[in-house]
Amino acid sequence: MAKQLYNQPSPLETRVVSKRFALEGSETLDVYLANDGYKAFRKAREMTPEAIIEEVKTSGLRGRGGAGFPTGLKWSFVPRTSPKPRVIVINADESEPGTCKDRLLMEYDPHQMIEGILIAGLAVDAHVGYVYIRGEYRYLIDAMDRAIDEAYAKGYLGKNVAGTGFQFDLYTHSGAGAYECGEETALLDSLEGKRGVPRMKPPFPAVAGAWAMPTLLNNVETFSAIPPIIRDGGAAFAALGTPKNGGTRLVCISGHVNKPGVYELPLGFPMMKAINEVAGGIPGGKKLKAVVPGGSSCPILRAEECDIPMDYDTLAKVGSMLGSGGMVVLDETTDMVRFALRIMKFYAHESCGWCIPCREGTTWLKKILQRFYEGQGRREDISLLGELSKNMLGRTFCALGDAAALPTISIVEKFTEDFEVYLARQEVLV
Amino acid sequence: MTFSPQLEERFAKMLTRYPEGRTRSAVVPMLMYAQDEVGAVTKELVEEVARRCKVTPLQVDEVVGYYSMLHRKPQGKFHVQVCTNISCLLVGGEELYEHAKKKLGIGHKQTSADGQFSLEEVECMGACSWAPAVEINYDFHHFVTPEKLDQLIDGLRKAQ
Repeated sequence: MAKQLYNQPSPLETRVVSKRFALEGSETLDVYLANDGYKAFRKAREMTPEAIIEEVKTSGLRGRGGAGFPTGLKWSFVPRTSPKPRVIVINADESEPGTCKDRLLMEYDPHQMIEGILIAGLAVDAHVGYVYIRGEYRYLIDAMDRAIDEAYAKGYLGKNVAGTGFQFDLYTHSGAGAYECGEETALLDSLEGKRGVPRMKPPFPAVAGAWAMPTLLNNVETFSAIPPIIRDGGAAFAALGTPKNGGTRLVCISGHVNKPGVYELPLGFPMMKAINEVAGGIPGGKKLKAVVPGGSSCPILRAEECDIPMDYDTLAKVGSMLGSGGMVVLDETTDMVRFALRIMKFYAHESCGWCIPCREGTTWLKKILQRFYEGQGRREDISLLGELSKNMLGRTFCALGDAAALPTISIVEKFTEDFEVYLARQEVLV
Repeated sequence: MTFSPQLEERFAKMLTRYPEGRTRSAVVPMLMYAQDEVGAVTKELVEEVARRCKVTPLQVDEVVGYYSMLHRKPQGKFHVQVCTNISCLLVGGEELYEHAKKKLGIGHKQTSADGQFSLEEVECMGACSWAPAVEINYDFHHFVTPEKLDQLIDGLRKAQ
């Protein structure tokens, strides 16, 4: 019997980081080694650190956590000759609403991520790494621990990685339920045993990160993309995507579609094709109303804005983001007031309270949206929501304030008619 | 305070993972695992973790107040977490949560009188493409309908 996956793969996928997912025993080192495992590490061991970083730059890989920062450039910021030891931190705090891909990478192919971490270790001369996994993913902490134990037992972690004399230690670290800890500096505070609140930048983590040591921090999917890049060359990976948007990425499609799932698609894949063909279209023949392109923090797109290729630059051009790859599809029946309220309840709950514009802003936005939803809205609330949100933008340590404000601004501006419906209903009642 | 041998072994290893003098880093994971065994983060546990990690009890206490998975009161033997965030919302997550409230006869962060079940409306837990999702203790359940939730809960009740 074939392996039971979370969702059926689509023939339209380009499976690079997910190519081993369907293999029986894909989580074991033996299956990994039999299917291209550690070819990239051995190749990287023969390369200079500069050449490794150059290859990653060539690949056009951009951070898969949400911000989309060019990975090779990030690696080049880590001072490999610093007298302080370098640390690698893997962000497995996947919490952005709409996003459920890192789970699969750790469950189905943990050794690919480990190999990517080891290559990063060669590039920045680091010898220790911590996988920060959200507390809710306990079964994945166990799965990663098993993979790490197996790698130690068979000589792929520890004093002599793959017999090459390279030393590297890797550990898991459990979070305890806090969206904010997905923000890199808050994650570092959490890793140090503190409340996860963001730090002032600079200094950036590359210079002073975990325990004030130079720290290379990337998302699970970013590390998982490294072995194929080194093995087949950065140019080959880049060619899968569009210029400056290299490779493939895992797109998590959820909401009103017939076949929700996580699919690996090349950058630049048409959004409408992803909805209608990969995810099987909208149930009941209903019309598309809107799409959240990359997790709840991204400004929402109206249906008529969705006829675009999915890459970082195109999404930026239409005023949104590709974010973390969490694509949420909304059909014509969706009540945008209710949707905006649920988003804001989330941010108000998750604001760490460190910066006042975020702490107070999210709370007030939630109250106003709640009032509206309960039929107590006022016409001036519509502009007040926009005004309050805009006052939060850029006035906080981390991006959570913007993450709460941006979708709200877009919903209020693009779906004013949904708010009007509430006002009209109230008038009838009066 | 002593823990089970398995947990003692885990903690001994945990304290060696971080750079020298950085045992404070073990505070959050140690609390997470100890809480599962003790049932809640008690005052005694705070002091014990502080002692082991070489920090003050206050430094542990402030962490307990921050993270949503750390709790000072015991939860039910089965902690039912229903997600109502956007992806779940669109496919019936809120209705599922309302159903769970009725089925269990308890509300958000409440525990049933017999101590068997507790309920929590939770934020996104990373199961968006298989929504609506429920996590019971650390086990994920996907595409959960009210009927499926009833079966899950009845099954757990029967297993008592």
